[in-house]
Amino acid sequence: MQINKNIAISDSGFIFNPSSGDSFSTNNVGLEIIRLLKENKSKDEIITEIVTKFSTDASTLDKDLGDFFLMLRSYQLLSDND
Amino acid sequence: MTKQKITVAVSGLNNIDSPGPGIPVIRALKESEYFDVRIIGLSYENLEPGLYMRDLVDKSYSIPLPSSGIASLLERLKYIQEMEGIQVIIPNFDAELHSFIKLAKQLKDDFGIETFLPSQEQFESRHKSVLYEFGEENGVKVPFSKMIFTANEINSLKTDFTYPLVIKGKYYDASIAATPEQAVNYFHKISAKWGLPIIVQEFVSGNEVNVTAIGDGKGNCIGAVPMRKLYITDKGKAWAGVSLDDENLIEITNRVISNSKWKGGCELEFIKTKDGEYYLLEMNPRFPAWVYLAKGCGQNHPEALVRMALGEDVKPYESYDVGKLFVRYSFDQIVDLKDYEKISTIGEL
Repeated sequence: MQINKNIAISDSGFIFNPSSGDSFSTNNVGLEIIRLLKENKSKDEIITEIVTKFSTDASTLDKDLGDFFLMLRSYQLLSDND
Repeated sequence: MTKQKITVAVSGLNNIDSPGPGIPVIRALKESEYFDVRIIGLSYENLEPGLYMRDLVDKSYSIPLPSSGIASLLERLKYIQEMEGIQVIIPNFDAELHSFIKLAKQLKDDFGIETFLPSQEQFESRHKSVLYEFGEENGVKVPFSKMIFTANEINSLKTDFTYPLVIKGKYYDASIAATPEQAVNYFHKISAKWGLPIIVQEFVSGNEVNVTAIGDGKGNCIGAVPMRKLYITDKGKAWAGVSLDDENLIEITNRVISNSKWKGGCELEFIKTKDGEYYLLEMNPRFPAWVYLAKGCGQNHPEALVRMALGEDVKPYESYDVGKLFVRYSFDQIVDLKDYEKISTIGEL
C-alpha cells in the first residue's frame, strides 16, 4: 500500500492530487497516518505508532484505519503495490 | 532585453459569463518578454466589456458579423489597417475563423497582416460533426456521434444510442438528455440558437479535463497545459480551474497536434473515465478563455503564436507549473456615455 506518486501534502493537512486536481484536508491524525504511509509503513506499524501518540486503542484504530484506507483509495490517493 | 514594438488585433472581447478568449490572450501578450504590444480590439457588440478595458485594449473597432460576408469584413479590415498598421491578427471566435482562414493570404499579401491559423482542411477536420473520424485518424477515442437535421430523427436514435445522450449545437451549447422527450426539447432549443445540424453524442461518464495547446503547423506541439475545472457556471464554463500533472493527457495532445499538423492555438476537451481512459469531446480551433492559466504556469501560448506568426522559430515548452489555479471574478466598469456613443455610432473607440 502506498500514497500515489506526486500527491502533495502540506503540514496543515491540505492534500492536492495533481493528476485529478482534487484537493482535501485532513486532521492531525490523518496527516500522521499519511506521513507513515509515505514512509512505506505497514498497517501494523502504523497502528503501533499511532496508539503511542494519540489517545486510542489498537482494535478501534484497526477498524478506523480500514475505513480511512478505503476513503484514500476511493479518492485515488492510495494504491496497492503488491 | 529591448522588447519589439508590435501592433496586434484581437477579437473575442466579450469577457462575460461565457467569456471569449480575447482578454486573456491580450493579458498574456501584454506580459510578453519579447513584445511591447499595442492592442487593437475588434468587436461585434457595443457592450463587449473588453472595449472599455483601456489598460489592456489601446484602440477598438467594431467589425461586421460573419453573416455579413467576407467582402464586408475585408473592407473594414482595410480601413482599420490604414489607421493602425496591424502586424498580427488573432481571431478568437469559432464562428469568425472560417472568414479569417479564407482571408489569411490576402491579409498577408495585400495588407502585410500575419495570422497563424489552421488550414481550412484542418479547421473542418475537427468539426463536431466529423470528430469521430478525426479521433480515428489521430488515434484518440471519441464518443460515438451522429448528425441530425430534424427532431423526427430522434425517435430512430435508439438503434445507435442509449440514454442519456448529449445534444450539441454546431458551434456552442450542449445538454444531456435522459429521455427522447428531453432530446427533442434540447434539439429545438439549441437549433433555434445555433442552427443545424445538431450533433447527438454518446454520453461518457467521468471527469472533464481540458488542454490548452498550440501547434506550429509542422507537427510540433509548442505548448500544452492541462486543466480541470473546479467551479463551473450554469453555462458549463470554468469559473475556476487548476493545472494538472497528467502525462497521458500531454502525450495524447502531442499526438493529436503532431498527426494533424495543427497550426495555431486550440483547446482539447476530454472526459477521463474512472478507468483512466480519455475520450475527446471537442477540439476547439482557437485558444480557450482560460488560456491565461498557461501563462501563469510558465507557457505563454499567445506570445508563442505571435512569434510564429512573425516567422520566428519557436522551441517547444518543456514544462509548466502544476497546481496553479485560476479564479475568475466579475467586475463593474464605469463607462462614460460618450465612449458608448463613440463605439455605437462611429464604430471606433
